Amino acid sequence: MSAPTVSKSSPAPARAPHQLPVRRGSLARAVQRNLSAHGFLIGAVLCFSFFSWYPMVREFFLAFQKNKDGRTTWAGWSNLSYVFNDPAFWQAWRNTLLFTGLALVLGFAVPFLVAVLLNEFRHGQGYLRMLVYLPVMLPPVASVLLFKYFYDPGYGLFNRILGIFGIPDQQWLQSTSTAMISVVIAATWMNMGGATLIYLAALQGIPGELYEAAELDGAGLWRKIWHVTIPQTSLILSLMFLMQIIATMQVFTEPFLLTNGAGPEGSTMTVVYLIYQYAFNFNNYGGAAALGLVLLVLLAGFSAVYVRLSRTQED
Amino acid sequence: MATDTMRPRTLISPAQLGRRRGKVVYWCVFALVMVLFTLVFLGPMYWMVSGGLKTTQEFVKAPPTLVPTSVHPGNYGDAWRVMDLAKLLGNTLYYAFGALAFQLVLDVAAAYSLSKLRPLFGNVILGMMLATLMIPATVLVVPQYLTVLDVPVFERNLLNSPWVIWLPSVTNAFNIFLLKRFFDSIPQELLDAASIDGASALRTLRSVVLPISRPILGVVSIFAVVGVWKDFLWPMLTLPDPGKQTLNVGIYSLASGVPENWLIAALTIASLPTLILFLLFQRNIMSGLTAGGLKG
Repeated sequence: MSAPTVSKSSPAPARAPHQLPVRRGSLARAVQRNLSAHGFLIGAVLCFSFFSWYPMVREFFLAFQKNKDGRTTWAGWSNLSYVFNDPAFWQAWRNTLLFTGLALVLGFAVPFLVAVLLNEFRHGQGYLRMLVYLPVMLPPVASVLLFKYFYDPGYGLFNRILGIFGIPDQQWLQSTSTAMISVVIAATWMNMGGATLIYLAALQGIPGELYEAAELDGAGLWRKIWHVTIPQTSLILSLMFLMQIIATMQVFTEPFLLTNGAGPEGSTMTVVYLIYQYAFNFNNYGGAAALGLVLLVLLAGFSAVYVRLSRTQED
Repeated sequence: MATDTMRPRTLISPAQLGRRRGKVVYWCVFALVMVLFTLVFLGPMYWMVSGGLKTTQEFVKAPPTLVPTSVHPGNYGDAWRVMDLAKLLGNTLYYAFGALAFQLVLDVAAAYSLSKLRPLFGNVILGMMLATLMIPATVLVVPQYLTVLDVPVFERNLLNSPWVIWLPSVTNAFNIFLLKRFFDSIPQELLDAASIDGASALRTLRSVVLPISRPILGVVSIFAVVGVWKDFLWPMLTLPDPGKQTLNVGIYSLASGVPENWLIAALTIASLPTLILFLLFQRNIMSGLTAGGLKG
């Protein structure tokens, strides 16, 4: 789910094999060097070939193939049109976009605000950082099942807490209107630690003089955040924004474990869950691959922007 | 934590904080955040540990009790036996450390070759590896699954074998990228000196490169182990045999068949290893997260 910052170009090697001065026997030495260098690479390259590059190519083939009675034939665009004509397709996209939108509001804004707040503290920062990152280390099945118990309308903790404030009991995961937001709350709790720590590191890189200058100009707290903090962290904010979109549009585990995937009346069925259903419940690999291709094309756009932005960060 | 004078300037000016009103507001906000964060992030863990000590009747009682009325540590033992957690834990450790070993050997060798030995077409191979990061992982799950059912050339079905976790874990382009970037920063003169002394490429890797690279190796190792520990979809698909399952998948598939208090005790046990790892290596994990680029 993560994409790294990609370095533009590596510095030219001091002694690249093909740049050796031409001498007697230098060809043999170059060949030997290359052989040994490729020897170091071969294990990883084989793993990539079998488990990454080949499946990538296969994804494209699968999307345009049909498998009937053990015979594989070309299907043209029929897998794609089948997928587009499935009413679940549009529902899954609506749900996924809703999840992404809610996860951006919660999962993007909350870690940033928490980081800004923690950065001001002169005490206990180490403890608070550790707290925020703790859930990231839990196995997802543990955090998800915990939330399932908290959400229980009968003996769950959340309805008790709402009760203290006089808010009536909610159905949480069991109602079509609250199921998705419940999944988003759980997912934010589970995953916000990483983003918070990255923002904290970025905040610590802001030169203090900028705040002093803003104060001399009479800026208050909000104007300082708006005119110094956000512009100074804008690159990391936009990178994290894109990464959030890429990650949340692939959401699967949280709804799968919390609401058995589809949820009440399909209200938490996401695109990746639909891919899973096509492939492993209906044995429709062609449909799964076609749907995957749609997701891939969409996310590739975001990934491309991400790589462009992260290059500017490297410079 | 650094003292006031050592700290770099942040949003709120030290002068403002130094005033009486500033101090009062600071301590009020600080106390509120401390209590709130402890409740939000440690509260669920407390609830998990104490829930495992309750009886089933008490666990599903409304309203829930804050402190167990009677303590039943035996639940942990029952969960351990009934759900065969020793087996699941053993499996997960086996997969996680196997994946770690494969990644340390193959990814380190690959990054070293790409960074320092620089074979022909090295940049093309690196580009192709990094390109895999552009492909959403979930899209590849279906073709990857079909591939491990019948691996081409070898014509082997890897289902239910540890290889199905270990080998795909090597295709971690992010780790290769982190390692290569670190190796790039090692001065070439150091390697040249070793090579003048007659050291082979392997010897140079072992005696010069690896000892300097401890910090990055630590980060990569933690990511590798935690990655396997937290993975859910892939092991669920490729290790269907109950005797071969990981903790995550095993507990999930047994969840509906055991009493709630046993389940919650099992969750506590499953959470312990990564939590201990985190408390031990907190510093490395947190610095690796931010220094090693972006990973969230």
